[in-house]
Amino acid sequence: MRSYFSRGMYDGIPIGLGYLSVSFGFGIKAVQCGISVLGASVISATNLTSAGQAAGVDIIAAGGTLIEMILVQLVINLRYSLMALSLSQKLDKSFTPVHRFAASYGITDEIFAVCSAQKERLRPSYMYGMILVAFAGWVSGTALGAAAGQLLPAALSSAMGIVLYGMFIAIIIPPARKQLSVLLVVIAAAAFSILFRYVLTAVSDGFAIIISAVAAASIGALLFPVKEEEAETQ
Amino acid sequence: MKLTVYIIVMAGVTYLIRMLPFAFFGKKIKSQFFRSLLYYIPYAVLSAMTIPAIFYSTGSYITAAVGTAAAIALAYFGLPLIAVALAAAAAAFITGFFI
Repeated sequence: MRSYFSRGMYDGIPIGLGYLSVSFGFGIKAVQCGISVLGASVISATNLTSAGQAAGVDIIAAGGTLIEMILVQLVINLRYSLMALSLSQKLDKSFTPVHRFAASYGITDEIFAVCSAQKERLRPSYMYGMILVAFAGWVSGTALGAAAGQLLPAALSSAMGIVLYGMFIAIIIPPARKQLSVLLVVIAAAAFSILFRYVLTAVSDGFAIIISAVAAASIGALLFPVKEEEAETQ
Repeated sequence: MKLTVYIIVMAGVTYLIRMLPFAFFGKKIKSQFFRSLLYYIPYAVLSAMTIPAIFYSTGSYITAAVGTAAAIALAYFGLPLIAVALAAAAAAFITGFFI
């Protein structure tokens, strides 16, 4: 019987590999936004999240306010609260408060997905193993992308700029295909976002994302209220 | 403003969002509207971040549009995140040779 830590590492390998290539795209994007290799790596090491970081460096590049940064991170990353809430219901007794403070750092979409699919109760060492592998992939990919982005041929590095968005599409489309409500929310959010981009241009990018997302999700919540089980297994 | 300040704020907010419910919240959220809102938020956020920004992500509307189409097609058939993401970049890269 392998230790929980090494089981966590093993289950985390696909996550780490996926993060390696996606964060490569983030590294390139961060450098394009005028951030150094070290700066980009520190952002990845301290945040461990794709969408929030992508929006964050946009705000940094635009010289946005800290209020904007706080609100954008809050809205974009709010989903982690729901995931944390859901995981908190299935923790092993060995999960003391200190372990909760530490392991909560590593709740990402993918780690949540793998952890919540576990049959037994979650142990701290299992989560640490998985977080370590995910962290290694995410940070090293960022550093490589930020450093090599300048060395790569321009055609390649500009094509890599689409990687993160490609991943977002991969997250959105399958549920939108299965559920009319999600499809409607996705289309509404895109429509609001386009409206802000080309018509209401006085609104900054960060706030445009917040308003578009909250408006679209509210429409979805009003028209298609979610039953309890669905909301917990997202 | 200094980069360090931005990073501290970013990381601090992101950590608290994860940590507070994980460490302190025991009860379930009762409001069906709020639960539904939380359920839809990730999709809404990702959609608003992607459209129309994805069309500006490669420096050429044409390569970006082809990459987007490739991503949507592969995502439709449920391919893994990483395959979709890299296929979008590959499609944009290859298209770049023809324009």
